[in-house]
Amino acid sequence: MSGAAQIVFEGVGHSYVPPRGRRVQALLDISLQIAHGEFMALLGPSGCGKSTLLYLLGGFVRLTQGAILVDGRPVSGPGPDRGVVFQSFALFPWKTVRQNIRYGLERLGLPRAEQEERAQHFIDMVHLTGFENSYPSQLSGGMRQRVAIARTLAVRPAILLMDEPFGALDAQTREIMHEELLAIMRAQRMTTLFVTHDVREAVYLADRVAVMSARPGRIKEVVPIALGERTGPEVMKSPAFADYVEQLWNLVKTEAAQAVAGSR
Amino acid sequence: MRNIAGGVLRWLPLLLLAAAWEAAPRLGLVSPSLLPPFSRALAAFWQLARDGDLFLNAAQSLWRLAAGLALAVVGGIGLGALMAWYRPVDIVAAPLVRSLYPMPKSALIPVLLLWFGLGDASKIALIFLGCLLPVLMSTYNGVRGVEITLIWSARSLGRSPLAVLFGIALPAAMPDILAGLRTALALSFVLLVSSEFLMAKDGLGYLISFLGDGGAYPAMFATVLAVALLGFAADRAFLLLTRRMLAWRG
Ligand SMILES: Nc1ncnc2c1ncn2[C@@H]1O[C@H](COP(=O)(O)OP(=O)(O)OP(=O)(O)O)[C@@H](O)[C@H]1O
Ligand SMILES: [Mg+2]
Repeated sequence: MSGAAQIVFEGVGHSYVPPRGRRVQALLDISLQIAHGEFMALLGPSGCGKSTLLYLLGGFVRLTQGAILVDGRPVSGPGPDRGVVFQSFALFPWKTVRQNIRYGLERLGLPRAEQEERAQHFIDMVHLTGFENSYPSQLSGGMRQRVAIARTLAVRPAILLMDEPFGALDAQTREIMHEELLAIMRAQRMTTLFVTHDVREAVYLADRVAVMSARPGRIKEVVPIALGERTGPEVMKSPAFADYVEQLWNLVKTEAAQAVAGSR
Repeated sequence: MRNIAGGVLRWLPLLLLAAAWEAAPRLGLVSPSLLPPFSRALAAFWQLARDGDLFLNAAQSLWRLAAGLALAVVGGIGLGALMAWYRPVDIVAAPLVRSLYPMPKSALIPVLLLWFGLGDASKIALIFLGCLLPVLMSTYNGVRGVEITLIWSARSLGRSPLAVLFGIALPAAMPDILAGLRTALALSFVLLVSSEFLMAKDGLGYLISFLGDGGAYPAMFATVLAVALLGFAADRAFLLLTRRMLAWRG
């Protein structure tokens, strides 16, 4: 954690007001800072508002309570400085892998040859060489999420927002994706907000883990993870790793119990 | 071998229908003046085709169909997309659309005759008005139903809302839009022929009523057959186009 904060949440709240039904206070008084290049995981029980917080930072949902600053400027809508990856991949199904990845590049004003080159670079980076002309419907879940990651990274966002990006993948594929993400991060450091409810995933990937309380979501605790330079999955066998997992698991467990009780 | 068998099986009901059509008047089950045998209708078809009547009137009808449909497609997709995308447009246009949707458009035939006369314009206007709302509704619902993360992804890749509407929302809604277009295509034939019965000096619908009034029943049935064939061919062609456009669904 070095340098000034790149992302600042200040007293952020949000309530959903559906056309029918009652108003839901999803978030309440969230204050949180994420430093340049920091990997922040957001952990919490289902329905506590993790996605909502990410959507607010992404500029997809309009902010009504509190302030969110990125590089000192308030968020006022989506922008290419904040790339997103969703659990549902959100690929454009009528575009091939190459066309999906080129979509974000087309408006950057690059010459065509350079667009092609950059698209190919990111296709190679996520190990999809040879699948350039496949449609998303022809790919496995893991491959689809790789396309989504490549599409987002290709426009070189300073900030990466990921909402349970590996939640739809099987355990094995998820582990492979963890290694790939860490490798990408080593090559191209980005400030990251990573939503998950997998405690081990949070400890393995993040510099700090913010734990949220049950609805209305607040930041309950922020736990810095000091496991040193992550060199591979062996870290997960270390006692320190187990300690972090237990600490966070206990924090989440009480909230999850409350969330279930609250929904009854 | 299986393909041939499959082909025969698929066409068998039509062949049986033709056979029944041929047999019924010949066996005296129906009066030949009410239903001339199939072979006589075919002979009349050939005659009409050779005289050029069939083609001239078909060309006239198809032009009206194409013009009316093209206007409905452009207008329906455009307005439907804007309504789905911009709330103010929706608020203004929705009550209009909702109240006009259930109205039978054929009720407009006398009005359009009064305004546009017997020429092409009245038929084109009717087809446009009749097909506009099905296209508009399917576009509206299709765009509204696009997975929100697709739109958010495109926005965060740096595209403007309007660029996302045309580049992402409309293509994503294409399965719904095409389904609406198919309905409109079928409807356009109904509106075309019925309006040509009532207000035209040429066209296939006019030809049917003209031949019927003149007692030329084999020729009348031949023209009905021509309309059916055209409708069938148009629907087949449209299905092929759909399959092409949606090939990505895998
Ligand atoms: N569009 C909406 N309209 C009304 N309520 C909503 C809407 N979206 C979310 N909510 C409510 O807001 C709360 C927070 O939702 P959110 O999706 O942010 O939770 P989450 O922490 O991401 O949950 P999960 O882990 O299940 O993804 C939930 O209680 C949910 O019911
Ligand atoms: Mg969520």
